[in-house]
Amino acid sequence: MYQYDRYDQAIVDARVDEFRDQTSRRLAGDITEDQFKPLRLKNGLYLQLHAYMLRVAIPYGTLNSRQMRMLGHIARTHDRGYGHFTTRQNIQFHWIKLAEAPDILAKLATVEMHCIQTSGESIRNISADQFAGAAADEIADPRPWAELLRQWFTFHAEFSYLPRKFKFALTAADTDRAAIRLHDIGLKLVKNAAGEMGFEVYVGGGMGRTPFVAPLIRDFVPTSQFLTYCEAALRVWNRYGRRDNIHKQRIKILVHDLGAEEFTRQVEAEFAELLKLNMDPPPEELARIARYFIPPPFEQALDDRLDRSDPDFALWVDQNVHTHKQPGYAIATISLKTVGEIPGDISADQIDLVADLAERYSFDELRVTHAQNLVLPHVRKQDLYTIWQTLRDAGLAVATLDLIGDIIACPGLDYCSLANARSIPVAQKIAARFADHERQLELGELKVKISGCINACGHHHAGHIGILGVDRKGTENYQLLLGGSGAEDASLGKITGPGFDEDGVVDAVEKVTDLYKALRTDGERFLDTYRRVGMEPFKEAIYG
Amino acid sequence: MADFLRFRDDAPHEEPAVTLDSFFEQGHASAVRIEPGDDARRLIPHLDRLELIEVAFERFRDGRGYSTARILRESGYTGELRAAGDVLVDQIVHMRRCGFDSFAPWAPLDEAVVKAALDRYDFVYQPAPDGQVPVWKLRHG
Repeated sequence: MYQYDRYDQAIVDARVDEFRDQTSRRLAGDITEDQFKPLRLKNGLYLQLHAYMLRVAIPYGTLNSRQMRMLGHIARTHDRGYGHFTTRQNIQFHWIKLAEAPDILAKLATVEMHCIQTSGESIRNISADQFAGAAADEIADPRPWAELLRQWFTFHAEFSYLPRKFKFALTAADTDRAAIRLHDIGLKLVKNAAGEMGFEVYVGGGMGRTPFVAPLIRDFVPTSQFLTYCEAALRVWNRYGRRDNIHKQRIKILVHDLGAEEFTRQVEAEFAELLKLNMDPPPEELARIARYFIPPPFEQALDDRLDRSDPDFALWVDQNVHTHKQPGYAIATISLKTVGEIPGDISADQIDLVADLAERYSFDELRVTHAQNLVLPHVRKQDLYTIWQTLRDAGLAVATLDLIGDIIACPGLDYCSLANARSIPVAQKIAARFADHERQLELGELKVKISGCINACGHHHAGHIGILGVDRKGTENYQLLLGGSGAEDASLGKITGPGFDEDGVVDAVEKVTDLYKALRTDGERFLDTYRRVGMEPFKEAIYG
Repeated sequence: MADFLRFRDDAPHEEPAVTLDSFFEQGHASAVRIEPGDDARRLIPHLDRLELIEVAFERFRDGRGYSTARILRESGYTGELRAAGDVLVDQIVHMRRCGFDSFAPWAPLDEAVVKAALDRYDFVYQPAPDGQVPVWKLRHG
């Protein structure tokens, strides 16, 4: 994985110094809270209901054991012994003291980590396929370009006060595990007829209050020009995006208001101007970065078979293990969706244990997924059983990946000052209702995503089944959505009708899954059944 | 405390800046003021006779002026480029990178804090009108 050179380190160290200075000026009263707020937000520090929350960037969801252990140390020393992995492949800590924040940043800098641009109106952590570099179906590892993007848009002066936040996602596979069409810019690495690499560029997707699936605005921009192209799109938005209404300032609104065609025309015109400046770094810089992403020294001619005699292990393998590009190896996902726990939460001890596993069995590499799970990307198949036993003893061998128990949920009203309703108890109740593993397997792939407000951090628009918490006359109320997808067949869920209370929405989910079982044809996923039969039968089952 | 900051050696321009519309009506002004919604590219044919372009910041969180500055510098403008209005000390570094070389903030700035901010970052990741060499160029000589 990428390692800082002295330049990267100097920039992150300078940021620690800068934030220390800004914090001390705030604590001394030299700057107002209004003036400080965007400064702390651009460094991932939110003021939540009970304390400050600090969000740490994990670029494209890749980290090593030393970094993981530092996260464990921070959880233990500066939080209450746990952290929370987010849908942007980051981790956040919910019980931080402002005065300690600069020291935490200094500690993170010692392991090449930071909180730069993890919130506020800035270009956020670059997210990518969590199986990058390991997946059998990718055309190349997209992370060298993700790292180029990260550097290019770190402290980019022109875009230091954008209309709103801005999110990139990359993939290099036809199976979209990064939800690229629900991002401000989604980039898909492709090869053209001449065999050259480039990107399909999707702009203006997003969730939140006004969800859109991003249109394709360029079917091929050469990799040697993609930074300039992204810069052109950002400049058009920075100049012409709305700034009069915080709910209408994302790039998706500009793309929608202008229409994809006119927006594309403006980006192409700006691109033509910017190309004259010849800004993209030379191929040597990509080559330098790519050297950090060469495949690890895989053993050749390993046994590709697996002993499946332990039935619980076999269940876990079937659900949580994916095909690796290297024979004899596998990709293992560690679920953070234990029944009764908070989706994405992990204790300091579990952090250390996962770090040990990564160091011993996965070439010292870990991934964070946007579904709030962890991945050991490069493990020998012959080590899987030992790994599974270790995870099982730590309560981390939940075998529900992509099943109804693999719920995405935002922190909700338990923590977040923006939320209208709690997400965590709903997730916990659904997990408990469907705790029987046979039942989950019988329902097959079913992605449930829960947000505690319309900002949609829990991706409810993209859930096969989505749940949105709202405030109805002072009580928490939950709307149900069906038919969303964040994958390559991206779509937005539709609301079924009137909302429910906490138990009511769990009942409604059960009615939906019961009807699905009655209606499905052989091998048909819930999402496909819904797409085939439409909303009406489900409405009738829920409200009829 | 400074209520006007300048990073140029020439004498400050005395003529008051006119609006973009007046600039085109009068046809002889050498100082113009650009509001956040104005299109700076309209000035491109006239840059050689301009000595001062003032870019207005009505709210410090409105970042359109940063694009304005870069566009003007990238189009060859070498005269004074002034950020005026809600300009705070924590914006100065980014504004300098985009090509601003003078500042007329509503509230005076602490010069020591400005100097510390400008000295803080030795390296940058992108090319910009301030001419700093991006790290990828340093890496590859």
